[in-house]
Amino acid sequence: MSIIVNKDTKVLVQGMTGRSGTFYSDAAMRYGSTYVAGVRPGKGGGRHLGLPLFDSVAEAKSETGANASLVVVPAHGAAAAILESIEAEVGVIVCITERVPVHDMVNVKAALNGSDSLLIGPNSQGVLVPGVCKIGVMSTADASHGCIGIASRSASLASEIVAQTTRAGLGQSTTVGIGGDPIHGIGFVECLKSFREDPATQGVILVGELGGDEEEQAAAYLSDSGYEKPVVSIIVGRHAPPERRMGHAGALSVFGTGSVGRKVELLCEAGSVAVQNPDEIAGALKAALAERQN
Amino acid sequence: MFLMEHHAKALLRQNGVVTPKGKVAETPLEAGRIAGALGVGGFAVKAQIGAGGRGLAGGVQFSDSPKDVERHAAGMLGNRLETAQTGVRGEIVRKVFVEERIDIDRMFYFSVLIDQNSAEPVLLFSSSGGVEFERVAAADPGVIKHIHLKEIDWREPEAISEILGSVGLSGNAAKSAATVVTGAIRTFFENDALLIEINPLAVTATGEAVAVDAKMVVDGNALPRHVELEAVVSEAAVEESERLAQENNVNFVELDGNIGLVVNGAGLGLATLDLVVELGGRPANFMDIRTTAGSFQIARVVQMLIERPDLKVMLVNVHGGGMTVCDTIAEALNFAYSRTGSAIPIVYRAAGQNAPWALSIMQNRKLPFRQFDNMSQAVAAAVEMAG
Repeated sequence: MSIIVNKDTKVLVQGMTGRSGTFYSDAAMRYGSTYVAGVRPGKGGGRHLGLPLFDSVAEAKSETGANASLVVVPAHGAAAAILESIEAEVGVIVCITERVPVHDMVNVKAALNGSDSLLIGPNSQGVLVPGVCKIGVMSTADASHGCIGIASRSASLASEIVAQTTRAGLGQSTTVGIGGDPIHGIGFVECLKSFREDPATQGVILVGELGGDEEEQAAAYLSDSGYEKPVVSIIVGRHAPPERRMGHAGALSVFGTGSVGRKVELLCEAGSVAVQNPDEIAGALKAALAERQN
Repeated sequence: MFLMEHHAKALLRQNGVVTPKGKVAETPLEAGRIAGALGVGGFAVKAQIGAGGRGLAGGVQFSDSPKDVERHAAGMLGNRLETAQTGVRGEIVRKVFVEERIDIDRMFYFSVLIDQNSAEPVLLFSSSGGVEFERVAAADPGVIKHIHLKEIDWREPEAISEILGSVGLSGNAAKSAATVVTGAIRTFFENDALLIEINPLAVTATGEAVAVDAKMVVDGNALPRHVELEAVVSEAAVEESERLAQENNVNFVELDGNIGLVVNGAGLGLATLDLVVELGGRPANFMDIRTTAGSFQIARVVQMLIERPDLKVMLVNVHGGGMTVCDTIAEALNFAYSRTGSAIPIVYRAAGQNAPWALSIMQNRKLPFRQFDNMSQAVAAAVEMAG
């Protein structure tokens, strides 16, 4: 089992024919995921990577039964592409595009409200169920199917932690990149809720950073819900100079301070184990799992 | 991108926002002349930089005579101004804004921004404006009124006037302030702004509302669709190192230490920075190599680090992912070291995609490196070598 996607997920790719679209679609199909169509306005009727191309998402969905979309569209058109998928009632939309204008995302969030779609990203590495389904750009070399759910704001640190949990023999049930942007689709709370209901997931790792209030909301949910599964968190950016943009726009102070100290404090109060060194995560989780079993 | 005050005010004036009379000067003499021509009794001289926090750092001065304006301008122009929001070396002041000093009767605060939690634009308004606002608001968040813009007809000044009534503004003052607020909201949407903050919004004894200071941050991601902001963008003061890195698809923040960081991804970059600082080391930079960066591009940024006179050690912490593979970064190190002939030791740790191939590049090119299997060991070694 897994969250968000599974073996029945059929993926269409918006922007499949571009350089990145081709690269990532090809990699995901070689990994064994089920990709069924590409969307590229003007190229409907053609084929790419052995899949049929369509002019619109609605058409691709009705012809192929796709139920998820990977958006690999340049920043200025990414929001319009997401909106098209929401309108076509695609269940899961993953947007990996970086630098999508914030005002565009305000419109996307308004459209998501009350819709049947789940958005992951933008500026996300995507979602991966090891060995089953990959929608995104993450490395799969060190991933293995297992019992840990990972939700992260950062792709690079998530890869690191995936490799560690694999080495520790735990593996991953699902990894989700919620993205590095201030306004994004699903957050830590939705991931925690799904992981709670997923029988394959025995423990959760949250990879957060300074800025925003994802971690604060996660802490509030953990304490209110009496969360049963162990949650280990790492929040980076403890020593980042304040008021400077550190790679991710979401870590910028314009959107509220979100100090790391406060986040860690709240998560600890909510029963999460907070570690500072990424090398210690898998160990901390193993210890927490062992403690539950006793 | 943080706009300089005079640029922000120029954009606001296009939407009917009243700002103090003033002009930009590039020399002290010009500043004095502008003051003389304003024909008013008091002046403000304000350093124009791309960051806030000027008031507390001496970047805003008041004076009563053009001669005095000239003196203040001379003290600012050509010098670096470091505030809590600038880089470690501050920003060189190339322009000052000489304005009429406003006789303030009452001060208010307002800002327009996108609330991250609801993902909606909001208007924040408070009757406690002025330099003390942040302190007052931190102590008592109740002094700020939050209004979701989709819930009001903000294009109609009457709707705004009504809201202002609840913070003690009425009559002509409310009407005048409503024009300023409506104009600022329009400016916010027209320019893809992330923040417009007017503090203080001054109301004079005659009931006129004036935006005395204006902070504006526009979304860098939206700049490609705002060609009209090109002049504003080209003037933005960006640290040379950060500009070069940006052109090469690397996110970079200059710091003042002696350990150069070469890292891919924002999260791993922050984690590495944290570990270095916690073990007592001093990072020379923050680095986040974007997935779109090629090895020649990364090499340019590494070379820039090598050329820092105080650099003691290069700490490479890479996790090869879907697109940035380890050998791309090993090649980049090779290019940068062979171009410069540098002997700065490299502490090297690379995992993930193509790690073995990257290691063989490091060995074959005889780079001055020590290899570590995990990041804790690598960071500890780098901190020790940097002394």
